[in-house]
Parts: sequence; C-alpha cells; structure tokens
Amino acid sequence: MLHRLQFTAKKLVRMALLLLGVSLTAFLLMDASPLDPLQTNVGQAALGAMSPDQVAKLEDYWGVNTPAAERYLGWLSSALRGDLGTSLLYRRPVLEVVGQRLGSSLWLLLFAWAASGALGLAFGLIAGTHRGRWPDRLIRGFCLTLSSTPSFWLALLLLMVFAVWLEVLPIGLSVPIGAAAESVTLAQRLRHALLPALTLSVTGLSNIALHTREKVADVLDSDYILFARARGEGHILRRHVLRNVALPALTLQFASIGEIIGGSVLVEQVFSYPGLGQAAVSAGLGGDMPLLLGITVATAALVFGGNLAADLLYGVIDPRIRRGAART
Amino acid sequence: MESILTVEQLSVSFTRYSRGLARTELSAVRDLSLTVEPGRVTALVGESGSGKSLLAHAILHLLPRNAQVSGTLLYDGAPLTRDRAETLRGREIALIPQGVTWLDPMMKVGPQVRRGRVDAASRARCREVLDRYGLGPQVEELYPFELSGGMARRVLIACAVMERPRLIVADEPTPGLDVRTAKRILGHFRELAEEGAGVLFITHDLELALTVAHKLVVLYEGQTVEELSPTRFRAGEGLAHPYTRALWHAIPENNFL
Ligand SMILES: Nc1ncnc2c1ncn2[C@@H]1O[C@H](COP(=O)(O)OP(=O)(O)O)[C@@H](O)[C@H]1O
Ligand SMILES: [Mg+2]
Repeated sequence: MLHRLQFTAKKLVRMALLLLGVSLTAFLLMDASPLDPLQTNVGQAALGAMSPDQVAKLEDYWGVNTPAAERYLGWLSSALRGDLGTSLLYRRPVLEVVGQRLGSSLWLLLFAWAASGALGLAFGLIAGTHRGRWPDRLIRGFCLTLSSTPSFWLALLLLMVFAVWLEVLPIGLSVPIGAAAESVTLAQRLRHALLPALTLSVTGLSNIALHTREKVADVLDSDYILFARARGEGHILRRHVLRNVALPALTLQFASIGEIIGGSVLVEQVFSYPGLGQAAVSAGLGGDMPLLLGITVATAALVFGGNLAADLLYGVIDPRIRRGAART
Repeated sequence: MESILTVEQLSVSFTRYSRGLARTELSAVRDLSLTVEPGRVTALVGESGSGKSLLAHAILHLLPRNAQVSGTLLYDGAPLTRDRAETLRGREIALIPQGVTWLDPMMKVGPQVRRGRVDAASRARCREVLDRYGLGPQVEELYPFELSGGMARRVLIACAVMERPRLIVADEPTPGLDVRTAKRILGHFRELAEEGAGVLFITHDLELALTVAHKLVVLYEGQTVEELSPTRFRAGEGLAHPYTRALWHAIPENNFL
C-alpha cells in the first residue's frame, strides 16, 4: 500500500511540473505570436477611429504594455490560488468558460473514446485470430488507410456524404439553430454529436486495433496457448487470449485520451461544434491569454490523469506488479 | 507386451518459400520409430534440434500448419487421427511441458490445474493431485511468476495427472533444476508408470534418462538410431550406431575402462 501511495505522490509531483511547463510553453508561444490582439479583436478600421486615450485603455485590457515575465508570474500566482482569471473574449471567468465548453465536449469525447476502444479491441481480436486470412487483411488495410487519413479531411468527407448529399444529419453545431436551450432534446443533441464523434473515434481506432492484433498474435504463439490446446481446453479465446490482451488494451485506451483531445480541436472546428477544442482555437487566434492557458492546463491535466489512471489500474490488475511489489 | 503408443517411420518436414516461388523442403524428422508400453518409462534421448519436440507435438496433433507429417501413429492399437487426438488430449494423453512459460501468466495455479472448472469434484481432485506433489492449498492461489522452478514442474505434472492419463509425454521437464529436485521429479514419472501409465520421457540428458528409464531410444538428426535397455547401454553392449558409441564414451567413467 505504502509503495502505491509513494508512486502516486511521485506522479502528482511530476504532474505539477508538467502543468507548469505546459502553461509556460503555451504562454511563450502565444507571446511570440505575430497576431496583434487589438487588431484581431477590435478591427483595423475601428482602431484607427479611436482616440489615443481609448487605444491606451484597450492596450491595458489586452495586456500589451505589461512585460511578459510580469504577466506570466501574475497569472501563475493567481492560478495557484485557484483563480484562472477572466476570459478576455467572453468576459467571463475562465473556469466557467472551460467548464461549460468541457461539458459540451465531454459527450463527444466520451463517445469517441469508448467507441474507438471497443471497436479497436474487437477489430484487433478478429484480425489477430485470423492472421493472414481475409478478415485480417481487410481490417489491416482499413486501419492503415484510416491512420494515413487526416481527420479534418475525413470530417469534410462525412459532412459531404451525410449532411449535404443524404441530408440525414445536421451540418454542424451541437443543437438545432435558433432553438431555445430548454427545448433541445437529448435525441437532438445526439444527432448533432454523431458525425463529430464518429470522426473523432476513427483517430484512435486504428492504433488500438493494430496494437491489439500484434498482442493477440503473440499470445496465440505462446507456449501457454499450445499447452491449453494440448490439454483439450475449450474457450481458449475467452479464458486465455482475452485475459492476456486486456491489460495492454486498457493501457492503450487510457493513453489514447491525449490523441482524442488533440483530434477534437480540428474536428470541432470543421463541425462548428461549440466545445473546448473550438474555444482553444478562438482563444489562440484572438489573443485571449487567460482562456488559452486555462484550456491548456485543463486538457494537460486530463491527459495526465488518463495516464495516471492507466498506471494505477495496471498495478491493481496485473498480478506481477500487484503481488511482486507487495512483497518487496 | 501390448504397446499403448506405436510410432512407425514418422517423418515431419516443413515447406519454406524462399525467394519468389522457390520451395524448399526442410526435413526435420525422418524415419522415427518407437513404442511406449504401459507401466514403463521409455526415454527418448537426443541432442537439441534432433526433433524430439516435433515428435511430442506430432503425437498430440499440435504441429504448426506448415508441417507435413507422414508415417504411422497408433494409440491403443488404433490409428491416432487428428479427430481422435483432439478427443483424447487432456483426458487419456497428457503433455508435460518444459517449464513455467507453459502456464498462463495471468491465471492462478488452481483454476489452471482445474482448467476453469469449479465443481466440487474438480476442486477435490485438484487438491488431491497438488497434495500428492507436496503443494499445499496456498499454492492454488499463486500466480505462475511466484513459483520456483521445481514447484512449476510439479504444477505441470499435477495438470497432467488431473484426468488419470494412460499416456504421458514429458518433453524435457527437468532443465534448470538442481540434481536433487530433478531426481525427485523423475521419481514421480517412475511412480506414474508403476500406476499403469505409459510414459515417454524426452530429454537431452543421457545420464538422467539412464536413472529413470526402462527403455532407451536414441534419436540422432531426426532418426531413431538405437533402442536398448539402460543396463545394456551401461555395459556398452550392442551399441550399433557410431553416435550411440560416442554417447557412451562421453560418460566420464567409461573412458577409464
Ligand atoms: N515450425 C518450424 N518450422 C521449421 N522448422 C522447424 C519448426 N519447428 C521445428 N523445426 C526444426 O526442426 C528441428 C527439430 O526441432 P525440435 O523438435 O524442436 O528439436 P528438439 O529435439 O530440441 O526438441 C529443428 O532443427 C528445428 O529447426
Ligand atoms: Mg525441444
């Protein structure tokens, strides 16, 4: 137990360092960006018509005249006190914006994550147990094609087929246009999330399927499977193959959280889906430093949390780690 | 004596496709013949790569797809076809493999010995066979990685005797064990033979074979070159093949004669 606590503590320290590094990097990148927040948000013409006094006020609002180090340290010290600042674009607390956007992305992310994991595992099992035969070749071809297809391109393709030609699914947004928030049904939300979620799940799927296939092939070639056959055992797939493939599959699944979140930035953009990924793009292009830092830190924490969960689960499930460590 | 297993002129070859369509036939076992009698330990001795495991897997019909097999296999007087082997595996014919890698690393010993069965009779039988090899109830709760080399072999033997097999094929069950533990394991084979099973003990260790076997079969490059009793071998009598004579000379005490 003690070693597990130590392990977790070590990971949490590492997470703190990681978040610090990530926020600093995002800050420096944004600071070095050639986009002038005043010009992008206020507009060239409006800016020209303003008095120097007004311009100076705006410059203060967007933090143009404060030195970079001072701005970052200022952000950091209030962030450590739990205050992530106020979004310059939305004029609301960053935590609130991130929370709301995450809420609308969450279903998308969860669906894509679960679907890519389940389908990936199923495809990997089928391919691995039919090595060299047609189901294997079909699945491998499919996965290799998918993994060399950019997700925004796939998103456009799906949009064209389902929204433009067949007109069976909406072209974008997360709710029907003009509908009042209270009147939106779950079915409508699902319909709007379907295409983006599908596109997003495809990003992780081929990786999981191909890795699972390799693992299944290794397990099937192992001595213990031969022994199980030598003893006339039935249900070898369920009793031995699944049991030995489950752990690596689980690790892959948790490691794919990062991929899914990364993919959501582009996919939400294509589908005009008002989620966290889209907010990240607006914050980046609009020079909204507090919001961008807030989103970066939140997603980095999610990804890190996923990996931490995978590590901890591994320790709980794999007897070689659980018992091996318990004895030392 | 009526034999439980008869192998006549068994050959195993592999087809390899090298460069384009050129097919090469790799013959791994040629002309292997032996018999195993109930109540006796037959030792098959041959150096590494001589085709011993291929014989074991041929008997159980576990050879890979690209292997071609010819020759005669008789079990209990009737041809041992694939269908028949599939019904006999794990019931009448048991394999005792080399070591711990033949156990599922993610499954506890108990369920593995019982092959997943949970009924009271299976549990009792499992307890009985593990007890017989000095493995207490706590061993059922261990994972393979927690077993010592000697314990793992005893678990593998316990797996084999769960169903009271009539033919036991033990493929190099002793490497990596200290001499005392190895002797003890061999004692278990002798015991199983005394209870009526036919035991085919496969090894590359001639001296071990001599201590346990009723009959010695020598395999050289995929061919059986000699079949004789350990007593005659020790005395150096009737060693027809040069390889057997070389084996005999390799035993230290024989050089001083
Ligand atoms: N699947 C295979 N494909 C090709 N050659 C094989 C295969 N399995 C075994 N062989 C060859 O057959 C020979 C005998 O192998 P084996 O029976 O495992 O030897 P051993 O006596 O050490 O148990 C070896 O030379 C090996 O190269
Ligand atoms: Mg071998």
